[in-house]
Amino acid sequence: MSGPIQSIERAAAVLHFLGAVPEPVALGDLARALGLPKPTTHGIVRTLLGVGFVVQDPESGHYAIGGGLTRLGETLDPHLLRSRAANWADGLAARTGLEVQLGILSGSAVELLHHVFRPDDSPQRLRVGELQPLHATALGLALLAFSPAAVRPRDLVMTAYTPATVTRALDLTRAVQQTARRGWSLADGTYRPGVAALAAPIRHHVGVGVGALAVVGLRERVLTPAGEPLPGLLEQLVAAGSAISDRLEERL
Amino acid sequence: MTRPATPDRPVRPGARTHVAAIDQGTTSTRCLIFDRRGRMVAVAQHEHQQHFPRPGWAEHDAAEIWVNTLRVLPEALLQAGLQPSDLAAVGIANQRETTVVWDRATGHPVAPAITWQDTRTSEMVEELNRGPSADLFREVCGLTPAGYFAAPRLRWLLDHVPDLPRRARLGEVAFGTVESWLIWNLTGGPDGGVHVTDVTNASRTMLMDIRTLDWDQRLLDALDIPREILPEIRPNAQVYGTCRVGLPGVPIGGAFGDQQAALFGQTCFAAGEAKCTYGTGAFLLMNTGERIVTSDHGLISTVAYALDDQPPRYAIEGSIAVAGALVQWFRDSLEMIRSAPEIETLARRVEDNGGCYIVPAFAGLFAPRWQPDARGVVVGLTSFVTRSHLARAVLEATAWQTAEVVEAMAADTGIAFTGLKVDGGMTANHLLMQQVADVLALPVERPLMAESVSLGAAYAAGLAVDYWPDLEVLRDNWHQAARWEPAMSAALRRRERAGWDRAVERTLGWVVDGDPVTPARRGS
Repeated sequence: MSGPIQSIERAAAVLHFLGAVPEPVALGDLARALGLPKPTTHGIVRTLLGVGFVVQDPESGHYAIGGGLTRLGETLDPHLLRSRAANWADGLAARTGLEVQLGILSGSAVELLHHVFRPDDSPQRLRVGELQPLHATALGLALLAFSPAAVRPRDLVMTAYTPATVTRALDLTRAVQQTARRGWSLADGTYRPGVAALAAPIRHHVGVGVGALAVVGLRERVLTPAGEPLPGLLEQLVAAGSAISDRLEERL
Repeated sequence: MTRPATPDRPVRPGARTHVAAIDQGTTSTRCLIFDRRGRMVAVAQHEHQQHFPRPGWAEHDAAEIWVNTLRVLPEALLQAGLQPSDLAAVGIANQRETTVVWDRATGHPVAPAITWQDTRTSEMVEELNRGPSADLFREVCGLTPAGYFAAPRLRWLLDHVPDLPRRARLGEVAFGTVESWLIWNLTGGPDGGVHVTDVTNASRTMLMDIRTLDWDQRLLDALDIPREILPEIRPNAQVYGTCRVGLPGVPIGGAFGDQQAALFGQTCFAAGEAKCTYGTGAFLLMNTGERIVTSDHGLISTVAYALDDQPPRYAIEGSIAVAGALVQWFRDSLEMIRSAPEIETLARRVEDNGGCYIVPAFAGLFAPRWQPDARGVVVGLTSFVTRSHLARAVLEATAWQTAEVVEAMAADTGIAFTGLKVDGGMTANHLLMQQVADVLALPVERPLMAESVSLGAAYAAGLAVDYWPDLEVLRDNWHQAARWEPAMSAALRRRERAGWDRAVERTLGWVVDGDPVTPARRGS
């Protein structure tokens, strides 16, 4: 086992010092207080500035503790996510003619946070609040691949919903890895027979997945006979997912 | 500024493939671009400053709004990858009753715009209501005089801006609500700008005969308003002129007050169809066809829309002053939540309101009760009640107020509701929408395109230039995106309703003369 990492210790010292002083501090004073060379201190505060843990007063050039630290322990409010996503989810449904679902992790399941009906005016039921299995849905694969989950594939109860449902941990791990690699997930009749779905992550801050967006429909409306996404569909989905991600970065 | 998920590329330049809408609202000016199926392809937005120079005053700088309009138009085009020549038409929806007077020669506003939230004319209106002309107003324009409408604000400007009455009679200055101001500027301003308004905005001035759709000389005389200052009243879907700036060469095909625009955007074209838009306040409008309904419950009769060569369609309107504003109060004044959507997270931690009710009679009770001396209450507090229960009570207040307006409207029109179409930002709150369905005992449905205000303006403009052939085609663009079914038992609904009614009783008669704690007195 290796010893403590010096640069992290020093960064922590900088943060402790900035958190303890009432006023922003000049670089020279900071270096003196910590007994570090000025270039080293500069490197540390610039790095902390880049990740939002330190801010710099534009006039004096002095440094202070940044808002990124206080937000560290906060999770994104799910209803704020829904509110930011609503227009894009509508747009995705309008363009693709498919049902749109937005899911978040809830224990070892997907919870549907938002649902837009397939825009064909057929009778449909609002599925918000419904729990779906992680291993059998496109939303689940995207959440497993991109969200910091406490659940691991081998811990899941892998019920077979259809003959196509993945029921072995190894196969699920492969599917999750494939999803992480290509940036989207696919479920071909694995939850309901004849129904396919594509899902893409919604990311926050340094790319952490906070939810997933899916288009869901009859297999022939989603996939080619060979099982590939229909042309254009994936682009629409991924673009909507990243547009929602962009909106999460905007101020409240 | 946000970008669209996938901008639709035009087939070829100048193909007139899209329609634009300018949504000039209370807090911001936006431009949205729609395709033929009513799908939004771009939106750009800039906020403008709110000025509160004295208690009860609320002003905007009309010049700032015009500058913001000129900013959002190219931004929306850029997002969509379009040129002005790709637009078949542009339509305008605007905050209603906000009053602008400007110099026709210089194009400068002569004073700050007095917004619909401004209450400086309430004393003048009280006097008017005591005088002999109150009945005439009710009879001709269909409105009981109130500080809420535009004409008293125009009268205030005539009284307070030096030399304005003389200049008005000479035709040197122009009056308009915000759509008039924007159309005049877009069509050239001092250099040949077109000075018009639409029937829905004109119906909110208190100066238009609701039957003939023309200015009424008796009403003008009652407020001593020179006719020379007024715009020409036009139907909602008609080419008023062509943009010379902003969107050069694009015809301006329509204008609408925002709530009527939402009614049109929700394709409520048949008598009995209604929508409720949930924003800062909430506005329920029902199309009453060619019939003008006189309300026994303090609802307002207004023009729904007028199309060329067709009789006008009317609507009955019930407004809820405090809807989203109560959530904002919960966030900003009580600091219970950091963002408005988080109220749902908080409220879902508990099963019910724990016996707590909040009645947001911040400025008295509005339709259908009309009690100006009522003030808000939080009642039913016990040591059991947590902020989660308060959050639930905040949302339930909007649901119960909706129920009261729906009941009043059904009684006035004799038309029973079979469901409620909703739109606006608060429809993203599923708990609230479920509560509305529960207390109404009716299904609540949301359309796929929640931007009904802008869509209504775009529809009017597109109809005017035959981009869309008729209303039926527009109906086909409406798709259900969500539907909430009532799930509350009748017994529970009765019990909760009784609780709400008892809470409302406790708001009454709070303001008494000389009371030092009323907000207006404390503020002055």
